[in-house]
Amino acid sequence: MLRDRSDVVFWGALGAVALAGVAFTHTVANEYYYTAVYAILQATMMAVAWNILGGFTGYVNFGSAGFFAIGAYTTVALGKTLEGLPLPVMIVAAALLCGLIGLGLGYLTLRLKGVYFSIATLAMAIVFETLMTNWAYVGGARGAYILTPESHLWFDSYIEMLFMVMLLLTLGSIAISRALIRSRLGRGLAAIRDDELAAECAGVPTLKLKLISATLMGALMGVAGAPYPYFVTFVDPASAFSLFVAVNAIAMPMIGGTAHWIGPVIGALLVGTAQQVITVTVSSELNVLFVGIMLVLFISLAPQGIVGLARKYWGRKR
Amino acid sequence: MIRTALRSLLRASGIALASALFAGAAAAAEPIKIGFSMALTGGLAGAGKAALIAMEIWRDDVNKRGGILGRPVEFVYYDDATNPATVPGIYTKLLNVDKVDLVVSSYGTNEIAPAMPIVMRKKLVFPSLFGLAVNDEFKYDRYFQIMPAGPEPKLDWSRGFFQLAAEQKPRPKTVAIIAADAEFALNAAAGARANAKKMGFKIIYDKTFPPSTTDYSPIIRAIEATKAEIVYVASYPPQSVGIVKAAHEVGLKAKMLGGCMVGLQFAAIQKNLGPLLNGIINYDFWVPEPTLDFPGVKEFLAKYQEAAKGKGVDPLGHYLPPYAYAYLEVLEQSIVATKGLDQGKLAAYMHKATFKTVVGDVKFAKNGEWAKTRTLQVQFRDVQPDNLEQFAGPGKRVVLYPKQWKSGDIAYPYKQ
Amino acid sequence: MDLFVNAIVAGILLGAFYASVSVGLSITFGQLDIVNIAHPAFVVVGSYIAWILNSRFGLDPVLVGVLAAPLFFVAGVLIYRVYYAAFERTGQESLSGLAFFFGVMFIIEIVLILVYGVDYRLVSADYLGRNIDLGFVGLPLRLVVPFVVASAMTGAVWLYLSRTFTGRAILAVAQDRLALQLMGADPVRIKQFAFGLAIATTAIAGSLLIVIGPVEPSLGRGYIGRAFAIVVLGGMGSIPGMVIAALLIGVLESFVSSFAGPSWAPAVAFGALLLTLAVRPSGLFGRA
Repeated sequence: MLRDRSDVVFWGALGAVALAGVAFTHTVANEYYYTAVYAILQATMMAVAWNILGGFTGYVNFGSAGFFAIGAYTTVALGKTLEGLPLPVMIVAAALLCGLIGLGLGYLTLRLKGVYFSIATLAMAIVFETLMTNWAYVGGARGAYILTPESHLWFDSYIEMLFMVMLLLTLGSIAISRALIRSRLGRGLAAIRDDELAAECAGVPTLKLKLISATLMGALMGVAGAPYPYFVTFVDPASAFSLFVAVNAIAMPMIGGTAHWIGPVIGALLVGTAQQVITVTVSSELNVLFVGIMLVLFISLAPQGIVGLARKYWGRKR
Repeated sequence: MIRTALRSLLRASGIALASALFAGAAAAAEPIKIGFSMALTGGLAGAGKAALIAMEIWRDDVNKRGGILGRPVEFVYYDDATNPATVPGIYTKLLNVDKVDLVVSSYGTNEIAPAMPIVMRKKLVFPSLFGLAVNDEFKYDRYFQIMPAGPEPKLDWSRGFFQLAAEQKPRPKTVAIIAADAEFALNAAAGARANAKKMGFKIIYDKTFPPSTTDYSPIIRAIEATKAEIVYVASYPPQSVGIVKAAHEVGLKAKMLGGCMVGLQFAAIQKNLGPLLNGIINYDFWVPEPTLDFPGVKEFLAKYQEAAKGKGVDPLGHYLPPYAYAYLEVLEQSIVATKGLDQGKLAAYMHKATFKTVVGDVKFAKNGEWAKTRTLQVQFRDVQPDNLEQFAGPGKRVVLYPKQWKSGDIAYPYKQ
Repeated sequence: MDLFVNAIVAGILLGAFYASVSVGLSITFGQLDIVNIAHPAFVVVGSYIAWILNSRFGLDPVLVGVLAAPLFFVAGVLIYRVYYAAFERTGQESLSGLAFFFGVMFIIEIVLILVYGVDYRLVSADYLGRNIDLGFVGLPLRLVVPFVVASAMTGAVWLYLSRTFTGRAILAVAQDRLALQLMGADPVRIKQFAFGLAIATTAIAGSLLIVIGPVEPSLGRGYIGRAFAIVVLGGMGSIPGMVIAALLIGVLESFVSSFAGPSWAPAVAFGALLLTLAVRPSGLFGRA
């Protein structure tokens, strides 16, 4: 794990952020910051997860909301079956279930390339949404109420605990993403992204890699969704499967830069923070307009994202 | 000489300073901040924007009278975009950063529920705007709902409809229930199902449909094929329009049609559907009938209609705005009566008192819902085509139930 | 029995309308490989134009759609210009183009909200509310008029594409750009024309949409899935295939609504799509 200097820097930074999070929970009592940062962390996780299949491997997933919502509904269903299950159990269950679905998606890539694959992911999300809408056990279209549990361990409030959980999960997903792209697997994925046929001919085990990539993406998105019911208290298919979640999952990595593991993180932090700020200042339609304009601008002027811009700038300086 | 001049200068400035402070203290009394989120974009924005206009009228009316307890009222609000995920963030900001004194809810169950854990933790009084049976889950004793559903909201909603059916001779026997796959409609349908069974009707068709359905004629034909005598529909605006048009096109021969169709209360839709509405019995909360002419409501509506011009919201404002105004009146009267902002005292007073508002007398039950239902069952009559103004006055939406507010007799069976 | 027949008839009427929404996408996505996810948003704009002129001047909405089509054509050409300069020239298509149109879709929706608010808009016309009754089969004019207009428009587009030089050049440009250049046509101008044509169809499709039911700014989102499903199901680049797919989806939805439970209708349509993609990705009639 600690192969070279950059690894030391990375794990050091990760540790520092985690400690900062702990310090945060001890010093800041204002709940607003926890709710705001939770939303940004959730978006970051989704962006990082999406990028594994989208940016690294080149298969654009339009149905991100599907994985996220299934993760959330896993929590709802388990919560209704066995009262009082702790959150970590829900997270693991969501990871397993959504990872499995991701695996299925991976097999789909055998038959479908490029835009066909993307359309299929959209169709898949809609089918899942219809299933959830018709499943009365989790409330169906009527939605389900998830009451905030009593215990929040040693934290001052439940939202602080959720924040810490989300922070650790997000840091974990970033670490996984980085490890993947820097490994042999990552090079194979890049080969698939650039030219799948050539990669296959060169001996890259494309199917195995795609399956790993898709499963990881699915699992991480499911994990991002698992704590969501505890955050909003009321879950219904319309809001869990919302198009906005799917668009953010695509827009943030694109704005940050899809080729590098840090791209989705930058994109999510930037766009997510801006969205949170807009919600409580100017407010209104501008939030959605902001994402739209940012997307169009970045795509047109900086297709490689912020990372691409940074690389060009530093390259020129040298 | 200089000393006297200085002394008078000092005295003068002292008096000036003192009077400035006094005047300042009187004029710049600390405002009462009321915080909330509202759906200003997204699916519920049509109603949300209308509610906001009504609330701002209330705020301006109150401030013209000198504020509450001498303090001016200020709103701090953010758009929740009909997205429940934004609500926790907004309410924590309102309470912890903006430090508002009071909170009220957003519009709709989806937007009210996420705020509940936060207000419960802080033990705040929570006047709420139009959510169906939210408190059934939370059982919070400081929750107050201005929608006049009644103490058993899910059942009270449709009780009147089926009661009217039961009164007809010969008594109809069969019921068809159709509902949109969405929270509010499904809850209404569940209540309808229970009421129908309790009153001895036979349910021979009971289905739901996806909200994005474009054409309703297959569904209506399927219902027509069952020859159900009573058809109870629970739907949202675009679906209500589709269903009314399809019912007309198919020539639905039911004896009673209506129930819980949201949208038939909105001016633009009423104007467009026109005579197709005749005979339909639907829920409503306030209509310009003589039995509902509460003090203050006509003045309020005049102000609303003026303010709503050009804003892209319901021009008449009969459905939601009077209640958005009323729930703030309840808050104001409670603050004045308890002479302060103590949340516990406010809640206790709200449970006890009967409030006089633009929607008449308001009294809450223990669970925060209305003590007595005032979900009106209203029948459209004599509606002329392409005429918006006809809905501004009485006679087009006759109140059939509850008996206390009845303004006309039922026209049965429902005929095209 | 008559429920069965009526279900089929209703499905066909609706399917023709779906075809009018999808024909533009069939050109941009099916033939030009441009993932214009904002296509339904343009349709909604068409609905609003129809509403404005219908409520202000009492013009028949369909007439407005036809009149607005040339303006939409110009808009389409301009948008393609931007798209080309930003993406196709640099070879960045697919993902970037997709994201670009995502952004365009949101911008359109928000501008509509800012200008017209979120209230539902409806149109009034003489034929709305009248029926043609043929025995036990009822044909509401509200659906028949869109059926006729949609069929006419789709037919016209297909004839154009298969019979005229420009039309055939459009079909050719996707298949073999170099060969097209050698044949003396400028690929960029052809694509530009095709995109303009596709957007022009949204003007008419939009007017039909608001004839069928009320419209509000975010209504387009519900059609994204349907339109793409129809184009892919029918086979990329095949207009007749697209029409059949549209009718199929319309009838399927109608059947499920009449006999099973309407709530399963979306799953049925998209399940059919997934099945097709799994078994025969080129769709029913597409070039493999």
